[in-house]
Parts: sequence; C-alpha cells; structure tokens
Amino acid sequence: MPLYYDDDQTMLAETASQFMAEEGSIKNQLRHWRDRNCKDGFGHGLWKQFAEMGFTGMLVGEDDGGLGMGQVEANIVLEEIGRNLTPSPFLSSSVLAATALKHGSNDVKGRWLPDLVSGDKVYAVAIDEGIKHRPERIACRAEKSGNGFRLSGKKDFVVYGASSEMIVVAARTSGSDADKDGVTLFAVPQDAAGMSHDSVRLVDASMASHVTFDNVELDGDAVIGEVDGGRDVLNAMLISGRVGSAAEGVGVARGAMDMTVDYIKQRKQFGKVIGEFQALQHRASHLYSEVEIARAVTIKAAQLFDAGSEKADLMASVAKAKVAKVAGLAVREGVQMHGGIGMTDEYDIGLYMKRERALQEFLGDQYYHAGRVAEMSGY
Amino acid sequence: MSDTDLEGFRAETRAWLEANCPPEMREPVRDEDDVYWGGRNATFKNDAQKAWFEACRDKGYTVPAWPKEYGGAGLSPAQAKVLREEMAAIGARPPLSSFGIWMLGPALLHFGTEGQKQRFLNEIARGEIRWCQGYSEPGSGSDLVSLQTYGEDKGDHWVVNGQKIWTSYADKADWIFCLVRTDKENKYQGITFMLYDMASPGVSTKPILLISGSSPFCETFFDDVEVPKSYGEDVPAYVGQVNRGWDVAKYLLGHEREMISGADGGDRTSAIGAAMLRLSGELDPVLRAELAQFDVDALAYSAMGEKFLDEIKVGKAHPAQPNMMKYAGTELNKRRHELMMAAGGTRALEWDSGETDGGKPSRNWLRTKANSIEGGTSEVMLNVISKRILDLPGA
Repeated sequence: MPLYYDDDQTMLAETASQFMAEEGSIKNQLRHWRDRNCKDGFGHGLWKQFAEMGFTGMLVGEDDGGLGMGQVEANIVLEEIGRNLTPSPFLSSSVLAATALKHGSNDVKGRWLPDLVSGDKVYAVAIDEGIKHRPERIACRAEKSGNGFRLSGKKDFVVYGASSEMIVVAARTSGSDADKDGVTLFAVPQDAAGMSHDSVRLVDASMASHVTFDNVELDGDAVIGEVDGGRDVLNAMLISGRVGSAAEGVGVARGAMDMTVDYIKQRKQFGKVIGEFQALQHRASHLYSEVEIARAVTIKAAQLFDAGSEKADLMASVAKAKVAKVAGLAVREGVQMHGGIGMTDEYDIGLYMKRERALQEFLGDQYYHAGRVAEMSGY
Repeated sequence: MSDTDLEGFRAETRAWLEANCPPEMREPVRDEDDVYWGGRNATFKNDAQKAWFEACRDKGYTVPAWPKEYGGAGLSPAQAKVLREEMAAIGARPPLSSFGIWMLGPALLHFGTEGQKQRFLNEIARGEIRWCQGYSEPGSGSDLVSLQTYGEDKGDHWVVNGQKIWTSYADKADWIFCLVRTDKENKYQGITFMLYDMASPGVSTKPILLISGSSPFCETFFDDVEVPKSYGEDVPAYVGQVNRGWDVAKYLLGHEREMISGADGGDRTSAIGAAMLRLSGELDPVLRAELAQFDVDALAYSAMGEKFLDEIKVGKAHPAQPNMMKYAGTELNKRRHELMMAAGGTRALEWDSGETDGGKPSRNWLRTKANSIEGGTSEVMLNVISKRILDLPGA
C-alpha cells in the first residue's frame, strides 16, 4: 500500500480539515469552553456535529451501524483535531473505546455501540494506575461475585471520565500485577454504585478523572471479550490509541509550525522580517523535516495496524515516540520564535505547548515508547 | 501491469537470479575491489564477479529501468521495484557501479540528443566507459555556480583551463562530465555541461588523502585541454545547450541528493541497537537509551523514505523534497556511525587489523562526516527548504 492517501482518504482529509477549521477552531471550541470553565471540557453541540459528519462511528463496523473504516481514516480526523486543538472525546470514545467494543460479544456491541455511533453518549477508557503509563502492570482487581464481578481499585488519567456514560476498565481477574494473563476488560456504566470520580482540569484545559472503584458490582455481561484473556484486546486498543494520539500529535506539530512560520514572515526586528535571519530559517527547516518524518511514520503505523501486521505494535511505538519528540520541538520552537507574545494567553501558540504536554503523557511518553522499541528489537 | 502479471514477473526474476547470481556475489561488499566499476582498464576480482556482471549486462540489468535500445531492460517502475526487492532478498551485489548510471545517464535520458543516447547510454550500460563528475572547484563548493574553469571558444572546439576538486575516481575514469564556464558575463547562464576524454592532452589528476586514510577523491587539472564541440552527427560534446549547463547540473543535483539521502533503502536508515548489543555483549544504560532514540529516528526516516519514493512515482512529492531527505538522511547516518563507534569500544579504534576488516568501523565513521558536506551541505539543504518549501523571505 503506498504511503499516501487514496482518493477517498484525500476527500475525507479535505472535509475534516474544513470542518475542524470552521467548527472546531480554537476560538469557537477550546477557548470558548475553557473561558466558561466548562465541567466537561468539550462542547456537546460539536460532538453531535461529529456524529452528523459520520466521525463518531468511523471505526465501528457497518453491521453495527458504523462506517467500518480504519485507523488511517480515524487518523485523518485526529490530525485535524490536533491542528485546531479541538477538544472532543474522539480519541477516547471513537477510537479507544470503539476498538475495545469491537471485540465484545454481540450483546456488548448491541448495548453500547448504537449510542456511540449516534453521538448520544461518550465513553472513556481507564488504563493507567499511576502518574506514568504502565499497562504491563494492572493492579485494579475484579473478584468473581455471583454471576458477575466485584471491582475494586483506582485508575488515573481517565480522560473525560466524568462526562462518560461508560468506562472501559482494564482489571485483574487472576494472577499477580505483572502477569500477561489474568486481565479482563469491563464496560462499567457511569451509574454503577461504588464508582466515584475526582475530576480535575489539566494544563491543556481538558478534564480527566482519578476514578475509584469501591466494590463496584458488575454483571457478567459487563465483560468485553474473554475473562482473564483481555490482554490481546487491551493491546489492540492501546495500539489504536497510540497510533491515533500520534496522529493528533502530528496535527499539533503542524499547527504550531504553520503558526510560527507565518509569524516569522510578519514580525519585524532590527528593520527586517525575522524570517530573513538564517538562524531562524535553519531551525524552521529542521523542524519541517522532522514533522514530515513524524507524519510519514504515523501513516505507516496506521496502515500496518489496519493490515493486521505483526509489526504494528513496534511501529506504533516508533510513531508515538517520534511524534512526541517532534511535537515537543515544534511547540518549544513555536513559543521561542514568537518571543514575548508567545508567553501570553492571548496568543494561541502557548495552547499548542499545553496540548502537546498532555498528549505526550497519554498512552506513554517518548521515553516509554523508545524503551519499548529497544525491548521489541531485542536489546 | 496487473498484480498477477507482476507476481509472474517476480517468479521469473527469482528464478533468473537463482540461476545467474553466484553465491560469492551474495555477500556484503567488504573491500573496494568487491565493487565493479567497469571502464577501459577494468579488471574483475574473480570469475564470479565477471559472470554476474556479464549476465546482468546481457539481460539489461545493469540499468533495469532504461529503455532496451539504450542497453536497459525496459522495466516499468513496478517491475524495477520487484527486481530491487528480489536482489535485496538474496543480498545480491550491484553488478556495476558507475557515475554514468547514477548521474550522467539520467541527465542524458532527460536532456540528451538521440545520437548521444545511442552512443553514451549503451556504453554506460555495458560498463565500457567509466565516467567521473567535474563539478566542485577549490573556491566553488556550496556556491557551485561561482565556478571558474573556463572554456575559450575556438570555433569548432573549446580550450579548457582550470581546476576541479573532489572529483571522485578521476584517476581511474575514462571520461568526465564537467561544468565549464563558457560565458564570463552570465553567472547562471554561462556554464556548459561538457563531455570529454580524460586521456585528452592537458588533463591530469592527483589523489587527495582524507582523514579516513584513503579516498576516491582527486584534484583534477585542465591545462589547455582541447574539447571538440561534436563527436559526430547528433553527438554534441555537451548536454543540453551551450551556456545552459546549469539546468542540467540542477537536475542532477536533485538526483544526487536523493541517492546520498539513502531514500532508496541503504542501511543507514535501519535500526542498530540490537546489532550493537551483539557486538559489545552489554550496553551501558545511557548508550542503550541513545540507541533506542536513534532506532526510533531511523525507523521513522525509513518510513519517510518509503513515502517519498511512493510519492515520487505519482508526482506527489514536492520538488524540493530531495533536499529534506538528503539533510535528514545524512545527519542520521553521521549519528549512526558515532553510536557504532561508541558501542564498538576499543575494537572500533583498530585502524589496520583483520578483526575490523582493515579499520572499517573507524574509516566509515570518518567517511560519513562528508555526507553532510558533499552534494550540498546540510546548511545549503536547509536554505533550500527555507526558500522553496517554507517560502521564508530573503532565503
């Protein structure tokens, strides 16, 4: 498969680009909801529009009312989300939760997917249990209880958790914390007794929860996939989410870079447009090269995942690590080249820096993923 | 061509390679004489090298994508890719290495007359004439267009005087393709892309010793060299038009940058961490982390190379994209060799031992430092990106 978009994908990219720039712009969405201290951190009106555009159910199969598209298509939308810093539960709900639910029984799909596709409800995922992403260890426990399970433990960094009607939770049903087996995924409804949120606003104005499960009673039909055999579904979900967040990161990097290059073409100092200075030109051109490379490997990872390749896991980590490095560079250069006004809230470049930091931590930072690349390569 | 036809071609190619590529030619290139360059004075290292070259020459596989009438095999881009893949799969060495294939050939295919193509392309494809490239001069490196070598018009010939530098293998080459100023008033439109015999009276060469202990580079001197304007009907001694050689040079520089960037899948873009662990037995944790970061960058660049080639095929790549590939690829290659030296420890320092194939790690490490200088420095590449892609003012 060539590493560029086919005609349908190009059309989708144009549609998504226009939609996000108009409806999902920083002014209309991120600033709007942030300045109102919105408890959700995103606009439900926009989310309904996502559904009307067909974005919400892109990854859901056609038999389940979705569009049956792949990661490449979801990434196209995510890149535009990144460029416009559009706050939305797309990554959590339509990518991560959707990927998990695709592996569920028909009952599970029938219960949760229609509302996901229609945009009536949003879902979240609960994976992390500490301040760094470490899904190899899962301590949250679900004990057998009657026909179902009793879930106890804590999860961190559950993005848009308090706004979600359901949370996909990875919990341990047997074995010890670091075991590969013994993990089960559950669809935990928001109204489950014993589940509580400590919801906090993050640096990028998004919302995330510390979630506590205190003997939460779950029916047997809350299980997604196999009991004790959830690791494969979890891994598929993680790859999809990592590749997706890499695409959003590419968008953040491109957004910050474009804004900065435009700025240095306007701003004058010492009687010259500062973009004439070679010191800035070379840094901008280096950044451009890095962004192109990060974008290429992200498309590659998405294609490999869609093709069911064994290499998808490795390439997802390569993409996540590369994008995190590059998006970090883009926002740092962005603020620096903007000079003093780059530090002001009035200018948007700082918002890119904030989003990049949050995205970097989501599903593993550059160090975590470079470490995985080393491990998967045998050193 | 349909996928089925392509799979048929793949099967044929595999069988042909199996029958014609000797086992000795499936080993990595270790020494200079493992590479066959052709030319008037060429000698083969062994029978296997000769057999492999001749089989490829007769099949058109020294230049698979060139038309058959010019010595190629007339393969489509998709077929050529299959051939590359199948050769890579068995580790086959290139049957013939040549600046004629990489540089002059593409220029002639694009700008040459039919007579030039018939004569020179066939000679190149058959490995009969070994070419060198006369671009850089002592005062004209990155600012190539400032070159001073001058050809004085004498009616049916020029008299060329001047000096070139960094002329790879000039001392072994039969002919040179050379940028010569033919109009002193016009900077860009005063250069002619000439072709002439290195055996012409007045041409002399002198090798340049580099920090890596050896080099293919020479200084080349022209002292009243007479270059005829034509070698026969429809075979002018220059490519393109007189005084318009800069167009040809620019076209070729694009090719060269693509080649040096390693976008065609050279090993510079591959991960090295695992190999370095095998070499040193144990990795310092900080070195391991550096290797991991390198491997991330290398694997990502490799995807970029794939994307770049895919886009070139369908005309989607930005025309200045080769500059970006060259910049990123060569910087990556330098870093790769720094890390290989670090992981190689004291063994990698051995300059002249059998253990290191005669100092290969350190010689290669030193050699790579030229990657970001030759074919346009990294700084020049960044200038081009600034100007042509980012559209920055005054760049």
